[in-house]
Amino acid sequence: MQLTDIVFYALALMTICSACVVVFSRNVVYAAFALLFTFSGVAGLYVLLFADFLAVTQILIYVGGILVLILFGVMLTSKVVSVDMKTGTIQAIPALILAAVVGGTLAGIFYATWKGTAAPALGPETTTPGLGTQLMTSYILPFEIASVILVVALVGAAMTARRSRRKANG
Amino acid sequence: MNTPQSIVDELLAWFPRVDLSHFLVVSAILFALGLYAIATRRNAILVLMGVELVLNAANINLVAFARYGGMNMDGQVAAIFVIILAAAEAAIALAIVLNIYQRFQTINVDEISALKE
Repeated sequence: MQLTDIVFYALALMTICSACVVVFSRNVVYAAFALLFTFSGVAGLYVLLFADFLAVTQILIYVGGILVLILFGVMLTSKVVSVDMKTGTIQAIPALILAAVVGGTLAGIFYATWKGTAAPALGPETTTPGLGTQLMTSYILPFEIASVILVVALVGAAMTARRSRRKANG
Repeated sequence: MNTPQSIVDELLAWFPRVDLSHFLVVSAILFALGLYAIATRRNAILVLMGVELVLNAANINLVAFARYGGMNMDGQVAAIFVIILAAAEAAIALAIVLNIYQRFQTINVDEISALKE
């Protein structure tokens, strides 16, 4: 039992508990804020896995971008004044069984197959130069496609979210 | 012999050393929670949160195998692409949700069953 193990258990507990709040909370705002802790916990797990660049990216994009976007969505689509932020669930029992079966199967397979796989000795090294080199050499085509996808997605999102002219005039 | 330190050591001995399977099990639990959210939530934004949970679970798997499986950078590059696509997906999906809200005054996924009014 080393310090990293304790940190791992703490981070895993934080991630899973806050994910449970996201999934089971009846209040949309509580769920959105619990998502903050889930994303932060996952970033911490990345740090434990020696993925420093990914951890920072996770904080920047998920916590700083996607979560803010989701909060905007919550605020813009809920009737804040009339406190209509509660939401229900449907088919809870079948979905619970399905999720338990899928999650249990996955966890069992993972545990049985990869139990005791020790980490290869890897000194503390930064991953950013390696990632940059990979993106500019082996993964140059997916990289360019991803940039095009981002432009298309953001322009499309801006166009879609805009009020239609006909509706604004009428 | 029962110093506080030894008691703490004994307690900590119950937890096994962390290896690859621990990370994978955490990601499996996150995946199952995301699946449950997608299946049961009625609010479209909460369904989106479930999708984000599933994507994060997949990312944990990719990074864990990048560390333990010997494929050093490739897993992390794949995780970066997943994050990029998640950002694009969140932007598009929330724009669609906003549009649906303006049109139908609800984002309850059960009630939105018509393609046009």
